[in-house]
Amino acid sequence: MKAHVLAHDQQPSSFSFTPENMVVVEDILSRYPKGFQRSAVMPLLDLVQRQTAAEGKNAEPPYGGWIPQAAMDEIARIIDVSPIKVYEVATFYSMYNLRPVGVHHVQCCTTTPCWLRGSSKIVEACEKHMGIKVGQTTKDGVFTLSEVECLGACVNAPAVQINDDYFEDLTAETMTEVLRLLENNIDPKVGPQVHRHASAPEGGATVLKDAEPKTQKTSSKKS
Amino acid sequence: MLADKDRIYTNIYGWESFSLEAARKRGDWADTKSFIQKGRDWIIEEVKKSGLRGRGGAGFPTGLKWSFMPKENNGKPHYLVVNADESEPGTCKDRDILRHEPHKLIEGCLIAGFAMGANAAYIYIRGEFYNEGSNVVKAIEEAYADGLLGKNAAGSGWDFDVYLHRGAGAYICGEETALIQSLEGKKGQPRSKPPFPAMAGLYNCPTTVNNVETISVVPTILRRGGEWFAGFGNDEKNTGTKLFCISGHVNKPCNVEEEMGIPMRELIEKHAGGVRGGWDNLLAVIPGGSSCPMLPKSVCDTVRMDFDSLRAVQSGLGTAGLIVMDKSTDIVYAIARLSQFYMHESCGQCTPCREGAGWLWRIMTRMVKGNASVEEIDMLLDITKQIEGHTICALGDAAAWPIQGLIRHFRPEMEKRIMEYRKTAPKESLAAE
Repeated sequence: MKAHVLAHDQQPSSFSFTPENMVVVEDILSRYPKGFQRSAVMPLLDLVQRQTAAEGKNAEPPYGGWIPQAAMDEIARIIDVSPIKVYEVATFYSMYNLRPVGVHHVQCCTTTPCWLRGSSKIVEACEKHMGIKVGQTTKDGVFTLSEVECLGACVNAPAVQINDDYFEDLTAETMTEVLRLLENNIDPKVGPQVHRHASAPEGGATVLKDAEPKTQKTSSKKS
Repeated sequence: MLADKDRIYTNIYGWESFSLEAARKRGDWADTKSFIQKGRDWIIEEVKKSGLRGRGGAGFPTGLKWSFMPKENNGKPHYLVVNADESEPGTCKDRDILRHEPHKLIEGCLIAGFAMGANAAYIYIRGEFYNEGSNVVKAIEEAYADGLLGKNAAGSGWDFDVYLHRGAGAYICGEETALIQSLEGKKGQPRSKPPFPAMAGLYNCPTTVNNVETISVVPTILRRGGEWFAGFGNDEKNTGTKLFCISGHVNKPCNVEEEMGIPMRELIEKHAGGVRGGWDNLLAVIPGGSSCPMLPKSVCDTVRMDFDSLRAVQSGLGTAGLIVMDKSTDIVYAIARLSQFYMHESCGQCTPCREGAGWLWRIMTRMVKGNASVEEIDMLLDITKQIEGHTICALGDAAAWPIQGLIRHFRPEMEKRIMEYRKTAPKESLAAE
């Protein structure tokens, strides 16, 4: 268990969904049966985090997605539960950021399968490049570095999640390169950073060879 | 080796599109209507005949599980919930189904949902799988647009809806009652059974929770017959094909679909390029995701990858995620890191797990250095026994088993570290006894 604590020093006084996101809110509520709109709490918290991320991108200094307490209160109002019910959920799950993070939230998996393939070196490369330690955010608001538990990409270890994307089969060099591209506002190639396709073995599959695209073995462009 | 013609997942690597059009070319959604018209009993009977056992870890017979759902809807809707919260370290098979073969899953939802009298399915996907979830959403939209979902789904006369629900980072939500709680908008904390979900599950309605792989093999089983599926495997209790994930110290880590009961050595050498440095460089393998006790090389030499063969050597098939460790591995740290995982992921509800998982991690951290006394190995084992079986869900057991496996097979290594530490460490730095 890990304690997730609200950022008491930087809470905005109010929060409201943008008109575009209010449409999404209605769509989310429609997925659950009448009278059970409480089920919407998780997708709504996620929506808040996406909205603050969009706002933070152009702020000075920039920041990434997080969930202010006022937003939890707004969700409680929408789904008609007491605010504590939303706080409980927001503090239980590890993906909800309860304080602002960097624009790129770099989450290094260090659980055993990734550790066996060198995740310690990946964390080290991140710390070195960013000049911060795990759990910290760079002063310019570009990066937050976190250590996370198993990302579920074990055959592509070591893996790192940055916002919504996975970067896999990393080395210290390719990790640094991904970070360098991100801070220069260039989208790095998502997925495996070596010559392989998804979870197929490197150098060509052992099964389903007829279906394997001929270019697959040499190309590393697409993930 | 399993022949390509007998593979269920022909797009597991995502070489082709996951779209409906491409999925249809691979045979998905063919004749779905006719299966439903043959009725509930026929579907359940065919699944029973196939010998399919749950692919999420516990290996419970799927047909039997479905038959626990009430035969009639007594004023309450029934629900199918698909467990796509894949988070067990070493496991990444469902991810490939979700991103590359989502139509197999959605078609399976319709068939399984009908078989249990459900008109709706919720797919609970771990929040980290954002892009995978987006593929599933696209596939669901395609299915609606094509009349495969919604009113009179696939022309079957059965109304069926499928929704995707994203988690937000909690391993515990892979436990079925925690998953239901989470889906209801609460903290993901397991609750006691009974009542079982088949009686009182989602929104207090009859519910069945099944793993992604379990549901997505069903359409192919019906298409090719339960007997076809039962024709693979070691014996009648361990049948079918299975997705294996081979990670760790192998030359070419990968996912692959193989026959249930394939010898572990053959699996690793044929598909994953063998152990780094050769088979003789193997130290141990965790055969079925992190909670299954590890096996030393001597067992790995001959063991088969199925539920009962692995149970016979005091481990389990679990999710069929193999974590391979060669002789360079700090085996004590490898398990200590898993202890850290379970400590982090304990929901905090039951004292033995919440407190015990932390104890285990702290003691294991000392064991890595050898900063312990030899008697503490037995104490550690005793703590795992005090946790095991004394909690609402199996997370407590899962925290205990890897350590039990370590002590079972590598006690001399642990003792050696303690002896060596005593020789070199200054007296005052030794842990209190």
